[in-house]
Amino acid sequence: MSEAHSTPLQHHFTSLEQQKDAATLGMWAFLVQEVLFFGGMFTAYTVYRNQHYSVFEACSHHLDWKLGAFNTAVLIGSSLTMALAVHAAALGKGRAAALWLAATIGLGSIFLGVKVVEYHEKWEHQLIPGLRWGPAEEVGPALHLSGADVDRAQLYFSLYFGMTGLHALHMIIGIPILAWLAWRAWAGHFTTEYSTPVEMTGLYWHFVDIVWIFLFPLLYLIGHH
Amino acid sequence: MSSGGSHHVVSVWAYLGVFLALMAFTGITVWAAGQDFGVYNTAVAVGIAVAKATMVVLIFMHVKWGTKLTQLFVVAGVVFLLILIAITMSDYISRPWPIMQ
Amino acid sequence: MSAASETRQLPREHYLNAEYGWRSWLFTIDHKRIAILYLASITVAFFIGGAYATAIRLELVTPPGDLVLSESYNKLFTMHGIYMIFFFLIPSIPATLGNFLIPLMIGAKDLAFPRINLLSWYLYVIGLLFVLYSTAHGGLDTGWTFYTPYSTQFSHTAVNSAAVGIFIAGFSSILTGLNFIVTIHKMRAPGLTWFRLPLFVWAHYATSIIQILGTPVVAVTILLVALERIFHFGFFDPNRGGDPILFQHLFWFYSHPAVYIMILPSMGVVSELVTCFSRKKVFGYNFIAASSLAIAVIGFLVWGHHMFITGQSVYAGMVFSALSFLVAIPSAIKVFNWTATLYRGSVSWQTPMLYAFGFIGLFTIGGLTGLFLATLGMDVHVTDTYFVVAHFHYIMVGGAIMGYLGGLHYWWPKITGRLYQEWWARVSAVLIFAGFNLTFLPQFVLGYLGMPRRYHYYPDEFQVLNVMSSAGASILAIGYVLPMIYLAWSMRYGAIASSNPFDATGLEWRTPSPPPTHNFPGTPVVEEEVYDYASPRKEALLV
Repeated sequence: MSEAHSTPLQHHFTSLEQQKDAATLGMWAFLVQEVLFFGGMFTAYTVYRNQHYSVFEACSHHLDWKLGAFNTAVLIGSSLTMALAVHAAALGKGRAAALWLAATIGLGSIFLGVKVVEYHEKWEHQLIPGLRWGPAEEVGPALHLSGADVDRAQLYFSLYFGMTGLHALHMIIGIPILAWLAWRAWAGHFTTEYSTPVEMTGLYWHFVDIVWIFLFPLLYLIGHH
Repeated sequence: MSSGGSHHVVSVWAYLGVFLALMAFTGITVWAAGQDFGVYNTAVAVGIAVAKATMVVLIFMHVKWGTKLTQLFVVAGVVFLLILIAITMSDYISRPWPIMQ
Repeated sequence: MSAASETRQLPREHYLNAEYGWRSWLFTIDHKRIAILYLASITVAFFIGGAYATAIRLELVTPPGDLVLSESYNKLFTMHGIYMIFFFLIPSIPATLGNFLIPLMIGAKDLAFPRINLLSWYLYVIGLLFVLYSTAHGGLDTGWTFYTPYSTQFSHTAVNSAAVGIFIAGFSSILTGLNFIVTIHKMRAPGLTWFRLPLFVWAHYATSIIQILGTPVVAVTILLVALERIFHFGFFDPNRGGDPILFQHLFWFYSHPAVYIMILPSMGVVSELVTCFSRKKVFGYNFIAASSLAIAVIGFLVWGHHMFITGQSVYAGMVFSALSFLVAIPSAIKVFNWTATLYRGSVSWQTPMLYAFGFIGLFTIGGLTGLFLATLGMDVHVTDTYFVVAHFHYIMVGGAIMGYLGGLHYWWPKITGRLYQEWWARVSAVLIFAGFNLTFLPQFVLGYLGMPRRYHYYPDEFQVLNVMSSAGASILAIGYVLPMIYLAWSMRYGAIASSNPFDATGLEWRTPSPPPTHNFPGTPVVEEEVYDYASPRKEALLV
């Protein structure tokens, strides 16, 4: 929602307040759209999880829950720094906002770095459906599965890559926007009257955090009991 | 036309409190995954995630102080997601035959 | 100055002559110019889709498959569906008339996010280019529904580029809906309460809800199909424990409500037309407004009626069947209220009203045959026959396109500042109505007799009805080409229109035709109730 330029009030609004209300509502409508966008994949997950309960549990064991938990903490931390950036920008503290945004970028990058490590590990173990899927006699024992269940494991890993990939894509889109905002905040573009872009991007970033809050237990933690 | 609420400046301590609660809940969800609640395993995991998401939405995303309209949008998004999942699942759980065996 | 005493000349400066050159169009953020961009692009898509329909009807003149191969025929109906649904019907009224009129009707200078509005046109064009690319590479043969596992594993046609194109065009639709919702909530002129909004705006609000809640689901579903085709992931592959029927659930979660994306804006247009040409306040305003929202919401609960014969559980089929009947209630509320508006109205038979009458009759037929199809047992008999084809064309062509053309004629003087020739317009409206019925009424009979859809050959005894249908299609084609000609002609040679040529209520008629770039001289204040045809018209707000 980069609806702002050097003169904050655009011609078709009557007040900054109306402009901000419109931006907020627009961002929320966008996030509702995002809920349903991820919702398609969560529906597929729900259906297949119920159909192939034990296969999903066995595959989940192969993910490193410690990395997942670490990444959860990192992403929650980035939500905190994002909230503080919005807070600072709303108070007109541009430099503080820029620093908090930089911290958010840093934490987001750590998250993506861990994701790369995890994806690489799947590549090594030949657990990428379609692209690099090992022969059944190797994948089967690795996942403690046999027979048709080895093929069904591809369903789990398709969903794993689909859902975490889509989530990571949202972060990859978010980080350059954060960088641009950090630059603008440092340059003093935001005031107590006008900090809407930071606030809107904050909403987006928190939403991405929420998606991961669901992905972590549903992908990493099933079947630990 | 406006809310007043959207200008609410939340105290930094509220953010820190939510952060600590989210970290604690992450610990709880890892712990809970190690326990066996039988058929409720998934329900417990999703329940904790819903609690965490609610905190993020209400405090970090300021919906607690937002307009009724914003709150309605949030609820609508969740409700229609539940419609999608619930009605689709109603087909799967009521099929008398196994899907792919 | 009252509307009647205005001198008949175009305003000195308006949105069309405010700037010149291709840059002033391709980089415009004026909602009215973006509406014109959409109008031009969807007209292209409509005539491409129409060309495919022509080929289909030509093939079906004779029983044997003697014009094209089976493989080519599969591509013909697929491409016809893709162009018509994703690139014509879904954007048709919202992106053109909605884009142009919503800010005017609510007294705003523009939509809430003008640049996002332009972005959504670019997304539409990029999506269209991907599908054109797919067409140039031979097209695809999956049907517009992309059913798995055929689309993911077996089709060797240009599915990928079309899938990407539809994915992108989906976001165009989402952003349009988002823009409308925010605009209607936040940009209304002082005094313009929710229950003073024109029903056209209510209908678009309901449409936007569907665009935001439904479209992302089909987008991600098409994305999964593309991932399965390109990277061989296995979301719907039965060999890997996947369920192709899950694709249908996700697809129809959007694609059934998508029918209401097409028809609701048309209903909004018809509500405006019926009240204007009856010179009478619309009957049951609150019910018509609420029924739009009801259709939008109930529309999300019925998608399984597309899947009665797929292997969906019988229980789910019964529930979907029962829920599907519910949609008839708000639809009937609209039809009855329009009819009641006509009662003791001073009805005139101008071109837009001819289309409105066409809509009401044809939509009623389409809606009632929808009840046949919602009935589980009946549907098993006629699934995948021409009965279904006839039913949804009564809704999408008899309904949606009638409303689109009615609205286009009604607001044409506002958009261009000139009048079309009434005689030609009436002739083509009658041709379209007659041609349409001759095309699709025989298809109900064909389907009931058992002719399946999507085959290019058929038993000899079906030939008479098929020839009737093809003959009707050629009349229909003339009916569609005529407005192209006389509307284009009127842009240059038509008589100059006053600001309110139909003596209608509503803010859009109180600004000059064509409107200035910022729509109104200041911010208009609304004091009168909606559709107050009993009182004299408010004077024009002149710049």
